[in-house]
Amino acid sequence: MDGQDLVSKEIEDIHASAPPGETQPRLDFAPYRSSLLRHPTKDLRHADPEGAELVAPVFGHNDVDVLEADLTIQAGGEPIGERMTVRGRLLDGDGRPVRGQLMEIWQANAAGRYIHKRDQHPAPIDPNFTGVGRCITGDDGSYLFTTIKPGPYPWRNHRNAWRPAHIHFSLFGTDFTQRMITQMYFPGDPLFALDPIYQSITDPAARARLVADYNHDESEHEWSLGYHWDIVLTGSHRTPMEAEELA
Amino acid sequence: MSALTPTPGQTIGPFFHFALPFELDREIVARQSPEAVRLHGYVRDGEGNGLQDAMIEIRQADSSGHVPEVSGSMRRDGATFTGWGRSSTDPTGHYWFSTLDPGPTTAGSAPFIAVTVFARGLLNRLFTRIYLPDPGEDAFLASLDESERESMIAVREADGSLRFDITLQGPEQSVFLTFPRHAE
Repeated sequence: MDGQDLVSKEIEDIHASAPPGETQPRLDFAPYRSSLLRHPTKDLRHADPEGAELVAPVFGHNDVDVLEADLTIQAGGEPIGERMTVRGRLLDGDGRPVRGQLMEIWQANAAGRYIHKRDQHPAPIDPNFTGVGRCITGDDGSYLFTTIKPGPYPWRNHRNAWRPAHIHFSLFGTDFTQRMITQMYFPGDPLFALDPIYQSITDPAARARLVADYNHDESEHEWSLGYHWDIVLTGSHRTPMEAEELA
Repeated sequence: MSALTPTPGQTIGPFFHFALPFELDREIVARQSPEAVRLHGYVRDGEGNGLQDAMIEIRQADSSGHVPEVSGSMRRDGATFTGWGRSSTDPTGHYWFSTLDPGPTTAGSAPFIAVTVFARGLLNRLFTRIYLPDPGEDAFLASLDESERESMIAVREADGSLRFDITLQGPEQSVFLTFPRHAE
């Protein structure tokens, strides 16, 4: 198994030769070993969106219970860890709020363990924490989840590899072409520089868009720590008039 | 309004199975319905191995070409066609949906099912399209070379199912799409 030094050198070399301003991760990023056989080798084809591509699926409160946004109340008892909230707004590429849309999150528990049969690292399961949340965004694109801060966890990309603590987010816009899944990180994590998934975004300003802010005004007295993270999707292909009609 | 820079994507990772699948996630049309069409295939890597940790989503019109904008995909009532579904792959890389043949949404264009692909090892989502057999005249398909065009058209099997495989890399790689407002 390769060591961190080798992986870090590979990351450094790719970053040194990358043009500035790439806003999305590279699909071909060898330091993330699982990408080796899973990245396309032919260029993406340009297409004009048509039909169903222009219309995101629709979700409502018949799909998602409001209580699903609180990950600390789902299993009958209090989960262990730092209670926190993450809130922000979901915007499209023109800054318009994406309202009434489904957001899904999933994460490890405070010890860095997922409720998943393929996560076998020796950290405790928390019987009071499933690590799954959903919500429907508000009229201003706002969302709020209450959860427990996830722990970092080891993985087998290379020797002594650890993922920075993160929460997975699954997002829809108004067009199906805006569909995305990403990960939110926590400010000041010492593992950022070592992590090939985070570093697959070569531009430092672009990477930083995945890091939430700690917002003391959103912390609650003797209760929870507040993190704030706004999310921007790609642009909609609907005309401004069509977008207004949706609003 | 000025354009904002999109938030970067990241891989779905290996541990989504406890969070994203839901009951009837892949049954956009009830399987026992007489009009149900099975759509299925394999997701493979550059060596032809099936991906046990991929997730496919589809979005489509109904058989008349109307794209529904109705809720109820996550708690299906068995009657409403929502036009969206989700299927994670099994240990062999196989996915399936129960759906309908979409009708044409745009005059002069062939009907297709829009697809997004997520997987461990795939750092951002991919988009493709599944066209129905015998697509007829279509400007986008006409812009492809013959092998690419064929790779975007599903195969109708003897029992009426649609078969569509997705290959992430190599000479058999599927055609993946980028749209005008996607960041490079």
